[in-house]
Parts: sequence; structure tokens; C-alpha cells
Amino acid sequence: MLRIKVKLFATIRDAAGVNAVEVDAHTVADAARALSQQFPAAAQLIARSRFAVNQSFAPAETMLGEHDEVAVIPPVSGG
Amino acid sequence: MDLKNSDHILISAPPISPIDMMDVSDATAGGIAIFLGCTRAETHTDGRKLVALDYEAYEEMALKQMHDLAVAAREKWPIVKLVMLHRVGRVGLGEPSVLIAVSTPHRGEAFDACRWLIDTLKKDVAVWKKEVWEDDSATWVHR
Repeated sequence: MLRIKVKLFATIRDAAGVNAVEVDAHTVADAARALSQQFPAAAQLIARSRFAVNQSFAPAETMLGEHDEVAVIPPVSGG
Repeated sequence: MDLKNSDHILISAPPISPIDMMDVSDATAGGIAIFLGCTRAETHTDGRKLVALDYEAYEEMALKQMHDLAVAAREKWPIVKLVMLHRVGRVGLGEPSVLIAVSTPHRGEAFDACRWLIDTLKKDVAVWKKEVWEDDSATWVHR
């Protein structure tokens, strides 16, 4: 497994209390699973969130590399 | 001439100014459509009043997304100039938090492009609002 840094925003960041966490993951799906286990209070929202890899939305099966910038994007509310 | 050089895309804290809105005027553009999204007063179901909205962006991604939207809009409509601004930080009630301004040769294209840009921005761009209530409690909005 790779150690992947995941950026957090809005409710998920507040639930975690930090801007980013490290998880062990090969894919986006692994990262989502690890985050939900680490922060059960945010699990429902994580399930409704999209993930971004290098600032673009990435599907669950996306393979991660150690230099990728990974982020959880909970449902957005700009505008 | 690369027209995309005239796109003005920004995420920043200061209030949106009328100068930003007129940034799209051009001798070849017969129509300018301007959309301002503003914070709206709300009352919670329990009677508390909203005092402000706090906006947060994943700035690197949001800017990239806004640039992609500008490129996509230019493929659909003959856009002369385009401005897309989103504020971050605290925005008081009634103040604009987002500006879309588009100029095109004719008005129909300007309305259509402006509408598409704000609708798509609201759906996809990595920006979040937090409602700040009069009792200092705050809630993130995740639709």
C-alpha cells in the first residue's frame, strides 16, 4: 500500500480537525474506505463525496501514485 | 490573437466591484450578460437569522475548473470576453459572492453562456459555503 496524503474540506475537514490526513491506499476507493474508517462521523458524507486526483474529479477505480494530489470533494455549494 | 488571454478568472476575498463587471466590454460585442449571485437573508426553522456566509475554496482545483468552464463555453458560444469571479471568506447578506460576465456579438448568446456558466459552476466547482447564524453557530452546506 502507498501512503497517500488526502486534502480535506468543509464538513469533513471540521470532523477530522485537520486540513489533510495520510491513508494507506492503492486506489481512490481504498482512500475513501480508509477515511470513512478513520472518521466514522463523516462516513455518510464521504459516501456522497467525489474525489479529486491532481485537481480533477477521479472515479473510484483510479490508481494512485505517491506524488498525486488527492482530495475529498464533498457536495459543493458555491455560487 | 488568443482571445483566452482576455478571460479574467479569479478567486479572492475582496468585494466584487462594478469595474470587474465592465471588464468584458468590447467594440465587437453587442451584448453583455452579467450575473451576480448574492447572499440571501434566511431564517432557520427554529427562528434564528442568518448573518453571513463564509466561503471556502479548494483554490487550485476551483481555478482549474473555472478555466475549463471558460474553454468549454467558448466552444459553445462566440464569446468575446469573459469574467468569472468567486469570493472566499465572509460575505455579508445581500452582497455578491459570485460574478459571471460574458460579452458576445448578440444578446442571446450572452444570456445563454452566462446561464450555463453559473449553473455549471454551482454544480461542479470546488467551493463551499458555511451559513453563519446569529447565535454564532455555523453549518456547512452540502447539497
